[in-house]
Amino acid sequence: MNWFYFSSPATFYRLAGWLAPWFFGVAALLAAVGLYYGFIVAPTDAQQGEVYRVIFIHVPAAWMSMFLYFVMAAYSAASLTFNTRLGAMMARSLAPTGALFTFVALWTGAFWGRPTWGTYWAWDARMTSELVLLFLYFGFIALSNAFEDPRRGDRAAALLALIGLVNLPIIYFSVHWWNTLHQGSTVKLTGTSMHVAMLTGMLLMVFAFWTYSIGAALTRVRSIILERERRTRWVRAL
Amino acid sequence: MTTVTLGSWPGGFAWAFSRDFRLAWRNPGETVLVIAFFVLVASLFPLGVGADMRLLERIGPGVIWVCALLAAFLSLPTMFSTDYMDGSLEQMALSSHPMVGWVSGKIAAHWIMTGLPLTVLSPLLALQYGLQADTLLVLAAALAIGTPVLSLLGAACSALTLGARGGGMLLALLALPLFVPILIFGAGAAEAQASGLSPSPHLSLLGAGLIVAAVGLPSAVGLAIRIALD
Repeated sequence: MNWFYFSSPATFYRLAGWLAPWFFGVAALLAAVGLYYGFIVAPTDAQQGEVYRVIFIHVPAAWMSMFLYFVMAAYSAASLTFNTRLGAMMARSLAPTGALFTFVALWTGAFWGRPTWGTYWAWDARMTSELVLLFLYFGFIALSNAFEDPRRGDRAAALLALIGLVNLPIIYFSVHWWNTLHQGSTVKLTGTSMHVAMLTGMLLMVFAFWTYSIGAALTRVRSIILERERRTRWVRAL
Repeated sequence: MTTVTLGSWPGGFAWAFSRDFRLAWRNPGETVLVIAFFVLVASLFPLGVGADMRLLERIGPGVIWVCALLAAFLSLPTMFSTDYMDGSLEQMALSSHPMVGWVSGKIAAHWIMTGLPLTVLSPLLALQYGLQADTLLVLAAALAIGTPVLSLLGAACSALTLGARGGGMLLALLALPLFVPILIFGAGAAEAQASGLSPSPHLSLLGAGLIVAAVGLPSAVGLAIRIALD
């Protein structure tokens, strides 16, 4: 099998069109089960009461916001080194979903912070770096659309994504030393201090958000392919 | 045997540095503007928050750092764009000197024109805010190490936005988030000194940042210029 078969926009367009509904379907299924676990099976928290249930949206959104930036930077690196068109298109189509999850994480975090910390916003390390991440996404989207020539925007934005990727840990550690109010990680690779039902619900929601992101990116990349290739014969034949 | 003039890193650095420095020296308007902006904005803060000396001493280092950040940002749009418009950037890219060399020279000249005057002026502003003598020295030292990083990061963003629509605002959106760590460590050094702690961890981190930025960013700037010239 030739692995580069699907790196052509024409073939990938069909593949993405076939895969996207499946990913959306799996995402809906996982979200339904995950929310059932989150709202019905998972017990009430001893300290925070019912408020903690924001976790089933907040934590998956925050994880995906960082993970999608990483994936976007990986596609950007691939598009710069191999000079591929499809890699840059995928990076472009991931950015709005990443920005959306960053915003959702900040928004739900504000509503979680109000009853538990007594404030919507604190200049805490994780919140501040999440806010900076949102600006990095906005910068990527703005730069990729700032040029007449879309390929020029692709490559400039790809380089920006890589500079941002190197900077992201530095930003995180700098604000971490600066101020920390947010609780430390509960979920660690060596074991966790969470109730099993809570963890199950959260992980299901993570996979739901993940598959949703793939579906959304594939749908968006189809529009980008059509827009870019509108003068080619295969698009006219559609 | 034919002689070919081989370019070199120091050759390109010296050439670009002296060229940009001479250009700025003969036309000092922009440098003066940056300094005037820095002093003006820093003087506006006491008018806004009141002249309580204890409050001013508390916020002084942070305010001066934010003003330095904005002033350094002010001169970024023209860093490469004038050379890009008249075609000299393309000639530089075609020269035998390696790109990293002359790009570093241009960045160094930019720092001499903006970062250095701000560093030299900062003790005066710090006196306006009533900072103690030792805090004032730490602030100047942090600015001396931190502002070159601002020039390096700003150069990358400036090169990325060459020929883009909505240049200035776009540049702010790209550059200012990347400046965050410098602001935190820079203002943190002076604050640590003011509260009786050692400023050396902050200064060491700034120095580490400067080394990493000076090694890594010129090649990123070179790549961004190549993308712009394609």
